[in-house]
Amino acid sequence: MLSSLAGVLFDGFAYGMLLFLLSVGLSVTLGMMNFVNLAHCSFAMVGGYATVSLMTRLGWPFLATLPMAFVTAAAVSVVLERTLYRRLYRSSDLDQCLLTIGIVFVSVAVFAWFFTTEQQSIQVPDWLQGSQQVAGMTFASYRMFLIVVGLAITAFLVLFLERTRFGARIRAAVDNQRMARGLGIDVDRAFMFTFALGGGLAGLGGALSIQVIGLDPTFALAYLVYVLIVVAVGGLGSIGGSFAAAVVLGISDMAGKYYFPWLGAFLIYLVMVGLLMWRPQGLFGKR
Amino acid sequence: MRWHPLEIVFWLCTLLPFVVTPNYLSLASQIAITALFALSLDLILGYAGIVSLGHAAFFGVGAYTAGLLAKHYFAEPLSGLLLAAVISGLVGYATSHIVVRFRHLALIMLTMGLGLLLHEAANSASALTGGADGLQGFRVPAVLGFKFDMFGRAAYAYSLAILFLCFLVCRRIIHSPFGLALRGIRENATRMPAIGAPSRAHLRKAYTVAAVLAGIAGAMLTHTTSTVSLETLSFGRSADVLVILILGGAGRLYGGIIGAIIYMVARDQFSGANPQYWYFWIGLLLVAVVMFLPNGILGGLSKFFQPRS
Repeated sequence: MLSSLAGVLFDGFAYGMLLFLLSVGLSVTLGMMNFVNLAHCSFAMVGGYATVSLMTRLGWPFLATLPMAFVTAAAVSVVLERTLYRRLYRSSDLDQCLLTIGIVFVSVAVFAWFFTTEQQSIQVPDWLQGSQQVAGMTFASYRMFLIVVGLAITAFLVLFLERTRFGARIRAAVDNQRMARGLGIDVDRAFMFTFALGGGLAGLGGALSIQVIGLDPTFALAYLVYVLIVVAVGGLGSIGGSFAAAVVLGISDMAGKYYFPWLGAFLIYLVMVGLLMWRPQGLFGKR
Repeated sequence: MRWHPLEIVFWLCTLLPFVVTPNYLSLASQIAITALFALSLDLILGYAGIVSLGHAAFFGVGAYTAGLLAKHYFAEPLSGLLLAAVISGLVGYATSHIVVRFRHLALIMLTMGLGLLLHEAANSASALTGGADGLQGFRVPAVLGFKFDMFGRAAYAYSLAILFLCFLVCRRIIHSPFGLALRGIRENATRMPAIGAPSRAHLRKAYTVAAVLAGIAGAMLTHTTSTVSLETLSFGRSADVLVILILGGAGRLYGGIIGAIIYMVARDQFSGANPQYWYFWIGLLLVAVVMFLPNGILGGLSKFFQPRS
């Protein structure tokens, strides 16, 4: 019982790291510009398919494709931001929702066209397969890798946002856009950069998730709900909040699947509706 | 409110499929059902300003109510319609207490969450609902003595008549002081109570009425197709009806109907074997409408025809 509990905690934590990577970008951009970007998981899908095609068609090693997944997704998100999103910053939530749902539909169809609707699979290096024995318990190597990557990126993000000048500008723009503009901060540029970073992290998350949750063109819709839950529960624009929410969601989803399999996704939705009713601004939300 | 001559022409045109395209009557009845569903969303989204990404919940409740009644008790459609209206109205009234408290992102997330919750519940309760296979094994033979056949004459007459009746109800509501108050709340929810219109109570009523109409639409789908699929509750259906309404033009009585006609006919003509690629065009259309036609097709048309002052 105890070892199964540790296993659920470990798997859930690794899963939470994935959810954190997928959603942290959305949390920051949503908090910063109030832009409801439902197409965030499409960026993750871009990263995932970049990894798949580099590995299967060009024979790149897995680790080398990860930076490319980041770059591709970041590039796609910047292009969309410059061409479509920025025109709707002042529009209603509804218009933003509709535009980004439209992009989700298009991306699902485009990936189905180029990659078929089948589940994609990749071959990770040998040292990431199998499992390791630690203190009498077995841990899957790939999940340990996920946790290491997730924690490293969290540390990098926190340091970047808290310790650098650019991070200070971004924080200022999230907190009070008008004041930040008044102080001469180029909010537009800061936003473009943040958007690229968020899209890129989602792409990295998409690439890392292929081995765990698979990849097919419906990814953009299937994981949208999880990402939105993390954002809504964690509170907008809060890295720590997103991290906590992603870990809680990952662990409770794993525990739900392990201990109450007949409930399916019901439990997660119930938690989401309950939390939203209790605190519409998120657990760690300021406004 | 007097009828505009164009409105009378429009409703006379809805009779044309009987004569002009008798092979497409089942499609026409699907259009009428979708139009009623879009009309019900228009009531809360276009007029009261409640953005819902989970409106299919009521459509599905209506569809399953009618299906269960037909399967286990009796297959008389009008009583099924009535029961579906009552049950979905009750669900709508219960959830309206939650929904009217929130705005913006929380509202969108919450309606979506409630919709997904119901979808999962129906999926899990497969003993009652048939789960992912849907509810099958019943037949609704006839309405008021007219048989539902493969040509769909009775189906179209039935759905068109119900659509028209519900449209009359909506038209009456929209042009009443209550409808005016709803539009006021949409524009400024905090100011309306000051002139004696309780925002939340009004929104609850509108939400319940919309749920009733959506439930009726769902029940009609059950009656005309003699199956209920889990898809009636899905997020995809909620998104579709939103697309239809926005395409036609929200906040205009005919927006949902025009949108339903265009969407369903286009889907019938272009989707072919692969629904995935159909979504490519829908997505593109959605982006184009948001970018270039913010008030939908009807909004664009009325701007075009109105003299600039």
